[in-house]
Amino acid sequence: MSRPQSQAEYLARLVPPSVAGINRRSLLAGTGALLGTGLLAACGDDSGSGGSSKDVSLGSNQSDPKPKDVLVKVTDGFKTSSGVQVAVNTVDHNTFQENINNYLQGKPDDVFTWFAGYRMRFFAQKGLASDISDVWGKLSGYSDAFKKASTGDDGKQYFVPASYYPWAMFYRKSVWQQHGYQVPTTLDQLTALGAQMKRDGLTPIAFADKDGWPAMGTFDILNLRINGYQFHVDLMAGKEAWTSDKVKKVFDTWAGLLPLHQPDSLGRTWQEAAQSLQQKKSGMYMLGLFVGQQFSNEEQSDLDFFTFPEIDPAIGAKALDAPIDGYMMARKPKNEDNARKLLEYFGGKEAGDITVKNDPATLVANTSADVSGYTALQKKAAELVGSATEIAQFLDRDTRPDFASTVMIPAIQQFIKNPKDIDGLTSSIENQKKSIFTD
Amino acid sequence: MSDLPLIQADRAVPPPAATTSTGGRRRRLRLLSRTDRVVITLMVLVPLLLVTGFVWLPAAATVLLSGTNWDGIGPLNEIEFVGARNYSDVVNIYPPFVPAVQHNLLWLAALFVVATPFGMFLAVLLDKELRGSRFYQTALYLPVVLSLALIGFVWQLLYSRDQGLINAVFGSNIDWYGDSNVNIWAVMIASGWRHVGYIMLLYLAGLKGVDPSLREAAAVDGASESRAFFRVVFPVMRPINIIVLVVTVIESLRAFDLVWVVNKGRNGLELISALVTQNVVGEASRIGFGSALATIMLVVSLVFITIYLATVMRENRE
Repeated sequence: MSRPQSQAEYLARLVPPSVAGINRRSLLAGTGALLGTGLLAACGDDSGSGGSSKDVSLGSNQSDPKPKDVLVKVTDGFKTSSGVQVAVNTVDHNTFQENINNYLQGKPDDVFTWFAGYRMRFFAQKGLASDISDVWGKLSGYSDAFKKASTGDDGKQYFVPASYYPWAMFYRKSVWQQHGYQVPTTLDQLTALGAQMKRDGLTPIAFADKDGWPAMGTFDILNLRINGYQFHVDLMAGKEAWTSDKVKKVFDTWAGLLPLHQPDSLGRTWQEAAQSLQQKKSGMYMLGLFVGQQFSNEEQSDLDFFTFPEIDPAIGAKALDAPIDGYMMARKPKNEDNARKLLEYFGGKEAGDITVKNDPATLVANTSADVSGYTALQKKAAELVGSATEIAQFLDRDTRPDFASTVMIPAIQQFIKNPKDIDGLTSSIENQKKSIFTD
Repeated sequence: MSDLPLIQADRAVPPPAATTSTGGRRRRLRLLSRTDRVVITLMVLVPLLLVTGFVWLPAAATVLLSGTNWDGIGPLNEIEFVGARNYSDVVNIYPPFVPAVQHNLLWLAALFVVATPFGMFLAVLLDKELRGSRFYQTALYLPVVLSLALIGFVWQLLYSRDQGLINAVFGSNIDWYGDSNVNIWAVMIASGWRHVGYIMLLYLAGLKGVDPSLREAAAVDGASESRAFFRVVFPVMRPINIIVLVVTVIESLRAFDLVWVVNKGRNGLELISALVTQNVVGEASRIGFGSALATIMLVVSLVFITIYLATVMRENRE
């Protein structure tokens, strides 16, 4: 694929092909209509239907201090504009994710935070989320790509995208200037750079996998570099064998890089690993843009990144993980009118503007938001995603949750513990995959 | 309530065999007023319903679900039965299962050999009316009272590899929670810390109930302190000893909380209970597979419960 010419074009590539097939015909026509209605909605958005109660509940997984604070500001903005009080129910990010099935089948909040990708379509298909196509009728500033990423298997919208962020290798400019490091563009250069960092007394690559998911980012990027995007999609869909040489090569390459990674990663959280980067003990860190949350405001300008270097020239280095976060509506919201209003607000320009102003660690999904407040890092991140040929969501968002959490987390941790037994590991994953991907 | 006639009736009335004269029955009915019968029915029925509803039905449902591949979402009639596949998967292709069984056994051994005797020892010491014994009692019992989240946090402060107290004080570099050879021991220390306080309190309550004249008699007979304990006090404490034993077994089988707080029972901290939770409660929602694990755990527990009940019943008969 060539480099996209416009932002809308690159955003169109955010969508996995499994969704992209739906509604292709009507989408171009729909965009015009969307823009029109969106403008109207933006003009006269004061008092919609008179919902009797003046509140709405929001289940949030934004438990880290900064995003939590941003969400409070956004909901305050909603209160000012609509007079509806939002009761935010914040749950630890991982806990929220792991309890999502029970949460959604029990008494969920009216609106809840969630992810695009397989996991959104899964709940839409199971009837645990409400169709919010009418809200989309009032939204403007989204590209077709985001609309598709918000669309379930039945062609209706279930998701309002709020933000997205790329995964890349982060580093501190001051450290790199001090030692005169250059951004590596091939795997050999990366290995050489790592060796140099070791000689300079740095841990080359910060690393943490106590919670089980951060190392998936490393697996994803190696897989994307070695085997390409389509293989990633097929592998996640259970169509490719984990025992294939292609997968083994990913683990082999990773095993070669492991000595450059921070040791004892299985007892460390990503926050601790990010702090080792922040304290200039580590040279770089493969993580999402949210790594910036562990840096103070003054240090933000010292943070920079590069995309993971090329491994196979035939594949290139243009694909990456850039997951989308957003909001969904529960199946039977108590205050449906207010919930729809809140979703509309979340998808609107105003919420985007507030987020841009307050959170330097994320990119706003709505293109009509005023992005002049972006830091240099955010601008660069938006450019990186813009220049990407294909964009994946993330290992645990692109595949079945049972496979990701009960098979892949222990498997990757096992690999980190014992990188030598790749054959045993891949055949164990394949056996379990066959028993899970039965339909 | 008229308890007295009830007991008398039971004693007075010959066993209600089929041949008993109708007189006996009439007499019994006369002794139990209508209120009595309502009360008795309620007293039997309510616990029966509770036990059936909250213990037996869920247990039976678990066993039933372990033969299915239900994902926890949607109507029950969509459940597919897959026979014993979940069990063969658990044993053959699920890598965390074998370590989990080993860890559960290790847990039992550690609590039984170290933590429980230590808790009993502390109870005996505290029973000596030392100065400040109230303080020690409170200090030792505190871990049992603390909330789980707080305990996880306290130990995280001690054990964290990069920022923890232990590594900072000793200048060591041990990855207490991450190294799968070390973390099970680290967590067992934390768990023992809690268990000791629990056993201590249980045992102390028992010791307070021992008739002091027994000890005095032993002392008069010239028995040493330790001899008096092992030969006189310990045997007298038999009911408490059995309770302590059962509590230890139960605690080690349902060991779960600390492991879950540390790393969700992965990477060296696998326990059967944690695996059940990972599969059933987590986002994964492999209800069928998780139920198979739970059933295995139930069977293991049944072994211990059977041994316990058999012992208790044999004693009652003797």
